[in-house]
Amino acid sequence: MTDTPMIDLSDVQKYYGDYHALRGITATIRPAEFFSLLGPSGCGKTTLLRTIAGFEEISSGLIRIDGRDMAGVPANRRPTNMVFQSYAIFPHLTVAENVGFGLRRLGLDAAEKTRRIGEALEMVGLAGYGGRAAHALSGGQRQRVALARALILKPKVLLLDEPLSALDKKMREQMQVELIKLQRQVGITFILVTHDQEEALVMSDRIAVMFEGEIAQLADPETLYRRPTSRRVAEFIGVMNFLPATIVSEGAGRATLEVQGLGRCEVDVPAGGAAANGGTTVGMRPETLTILYDGQAPTDRSADGTVDEVVYYGDMTYYDVRLDGTDRPVRISMRNVFGRPVLNIKARVRVGWSPGALVLFR
Amino acid sequence: MKARGLYSYTLAYLLFLYAPIALLPLFAFNDSVVIAFPLSGFTTSWFEAMWNDRAMWKALRNSLIVSGSTAILATVLGLFAARASTRHAFPGKTGIMGLIMLPLVLPEMIVAMSLLVALLAIGIDLSLWTVILGHVLLCTPFAVAILTSAFQSLDRSLEEAALDLGETPVSTFRLVILPLVAPGIVASLLICFTVSLDEFIVAYFLAGTEPLLSVYIYGQFRFPSNVPAVLALGTVLVAVSVLLLAVAEYFRRRGIARTGGTAGGGFV
Amino acid sequence: MAGEAGRLRAALRGWALVSPTALYAVAMLAIPLGTVLVVSFLTDGRTAGGLRTVLPVATLANYIEVWTNDIYRFLMLRSLAVSMSVTLVTVVLAYPVAYYVSFHVAPNKKALWLFLITIPFWTSYIVRVFLWKVILGFNGVVNSGLLSLGIIDAPLQAINYSVQAMVMTLAHAYAPFAILPIFVALEKIDRSLLEAGQDLGESRFMTFLRVTLPLSMPGVVAAVLIVFIPTVGDYVTPDLIGGGKIPMIANAIEVQMLKLNSKALGSALAVSAMLIVASVTIVFLLLNRRFLGGGR
Repeated sequence: MTDTPMIDLSDVQKYYGDYHALRGITATIRPAEFFSLLGPSGCGKTTLLRTIAGFEEISSGLIRIDGRDMAGVPANRRPTNMVFQSYAIFPHLTVAENVGFGLRRLGLDAAEKTRRIGEALEMVGLAGYGGRAAHALSGGQRQRVALARALILKPKVLLLDEPLSALDKKMREQMQVELIKLQRQVGITFILVTHDQEEALVMSDRIAVMFEGEIAQLADPETLYRRPTSRRVAEFIGVMNFLPATIVSEGAGRATLEVQGLGRCEVDVPAGGAAANGGTTVGMRPETLTILYDGQAPTDRSADGTVDEVVYYGDMTYYDVRLDGTDRPVRISMRNVFGRPVLNIKARVRVGWSPGALVLFR
Repeated sequence: MKARGLYSYTLAYLLFLYAPIALLPLFAFNDSVVIAFPLSGFTTSWFEAMWNDRAMWKALRNSLIVSGSTAILATVLGLFAARASTRHAFPGKTGIMGLIMLPLVLPEMIVAMSLLVALLAIGIDLSLWTVILGHVLLCTPFAVAILTSAFQSLDRSLEEAALDLGETPVSTFRLVILPLVAPGIVASLLICFTVSLDEFIVAYFLAGTEPLLSVYIYGQFRFPSNVPAVLALGTVLVAVSVLLLAVAEYFRRRGIARTGGTAGGGFV
Repeated sequence: MAGEAGRLRAALRGWALVSPTALYAVAMLAIPLGTVLVVSFLTDGRTAGGLRTVLPVATLANYIEVWTNDIYRFLMLRSLAVSMSVTLVTVVLAYPVAYYVSFHVAPNKKALWLFLITIPFWTSYIVRVFLWKVILGFNGVVNSGLLSLGIIDAPLQAINYSVQAMVMTLAHAYAPFAILPIFVALEKIDRSLLEAGQDLGESRFMTFLRVTLPLSMPGVVAAVLIVFIPTVGDYVTPDLIGGGKIPMIANAIEVQMLKLNSKALGSALAVSAMLIVASVTIVFLLLNRRFLGGGR
């Protein structure tokens, strides 16, 4: 990755009347990066995308694309292209006319246009579809046409507004893989807006998690998942278990904690501290806890508990286990290894855990 | 079981709606001056009489001028209002749109009289132009209704997509909006033309010395011997209206099909 | 601050776009209505040359005349009575038709049915009124038909030049106006609500009474207004079907305005009529507030 950012956002603010939609967004997005804006409905992610595209004006702040200040630059002059949530395929045109729509202004001759359109269609897997009427396509096909139509103009940044939300599960998963491949093939920055955290984790190089007009955390998927900086981010991405804890002593980036149900241990304290709402809590992901069967190698630490609930998924089983000395269960995910029985409710178990997997929230 | 009762009722209702109109051709071809049963035999003489009536042709010419102009003007005004209403939010929108649509629920007499009083107060003479002014006022709500429906089924992101791909607002209108709204425009023109052609009260009170077709028909009622010829004219008028409406509906449906939707409940 | 400027610009864009149509409505409707209002407070008189004109002398005399003269009160009451009868008949008869098309017609055929129902509306009003005159006349279609079939011995009097005839003509003319709003309201009803009603133990008829009918009331209210308001001011039907012997308020307005050239009195008559219609409408809407909810 080079050093100069492709997109530079500096304290971007946006008001709709009195409503403060974007509250000071500052971030940089790198060239050839697959970047996602993730958050619940109403958090401002689509608004932010549209300000980058040029469909909304910002109230204050700076947006630079490839070093160029975008203030006053209208949408049709920006080096970005967008795939709309509804795909916005022109119903009165054929697939080829749709894909080639943006070529009109470039003054190319007919042969060159046809060549480029054919290329673009092939890139999205719709070779030969050029003559089809646009309104007769399926959802997945429309999406590919939208992609081809945007990419044929070789933009510096491709913006995607919840492109997969209208597709069914199987189609969605297929398209996720295809989009990743496409991005690598084309080699430009993709900015994806989504409310689906799984989707963001699967596809992105980095993710900006947004709540209420602000970026809560910007990091790569693994960091977001393993080291969320706030309880809200932790809860939004995947499942997180929380146990109350008290800080016994603290110093030099480490703290000694007394965790309910687990006992005493030492954890890292991230620089700047992790913010919490309501007391000190410790978080751990379901896969960082394990149920110790007989004959299994012991882990770092262990604690005893009772099985409260069993949810069988076929390849995984999720156990809700109430550790001794706690009042609420923690969720543990276990792969259903061949030969290992699924436990019953009320079974007594020994739970293995490691202090390194704990995240402290103050 | 309930459905069958309702079905019969609805059919009977439709019969009642169409009955008077069905009588038109019946007595237009009837060889009798008196409009009554029993029928007297087939004749086309009434149609000939109508065809030879020079006053009728004059009135028809005037009506075509008025209705044609009304259709165009009302559709243009309708385009502005429908576009503003579906794409922009502005203070006072409800009130403004309410005023524009008001002629739909006011008694025509009130509209005609107010316009008359105002025009005479300014000192404008009555003529075909004053009728056009009144008709455009009455027809614009229809145009607004039809075009609003057309604009609403136009996905807003289509326009943004065109901009995103490099077009200007003007070229976007030409390449994307106009083709997709065109069927609605055609439907609006036809409907406004038909409404204006059939309208009586404004045509009666706001025309000067040049009569319009509906007024001409009204005047013929005084002469019982002319009645069958009037019926012949009425038959032709009804046939033309129905034809225009069928065409308008066809265009409306084609417009919706092109944008990939399904035809719902008519112009409503 | 930037938000304010943005909002102002958006408002200006909207206003600019709607202005041609809005200004036309103001010039052709709002101002003339205002003129009528103003004229109603002036005096009818003559110019120096003896021509009838409106003198710029403010007065309430016109209104006093309108509200105290028995003739006008009678005409207004008759207009209201006729209009209310027409509205009642039309809306009640229209409801089952709207219900049938909404609930018992296949979705892709609905537009066709509505189209068929509205065709008569699009034909020349004057032709249709005349047809009714011909049908209901003394020697008209109904009488001659019934006579020749031997069902009656002498022509029926009641159907000619009568209030009943006027009601029938108007009900026929305004039928589609009533069907469409009711249809739209019925279409909006979530069908699963009806299934829920039956699931909770109600018969189909009771479900209709307790669920469908109340939910369709906004459409019924709209239908009532769309029929009532224009029919109060109808001119052609009383003139032709009533034979000039059963005038309604619109005929009186025309007489004053044009035949007698008493524009001030005619204006007062028009304004009073509109006020009464508006009051009746408002009372009606208030009585139905419960059904209208947040919409309308």
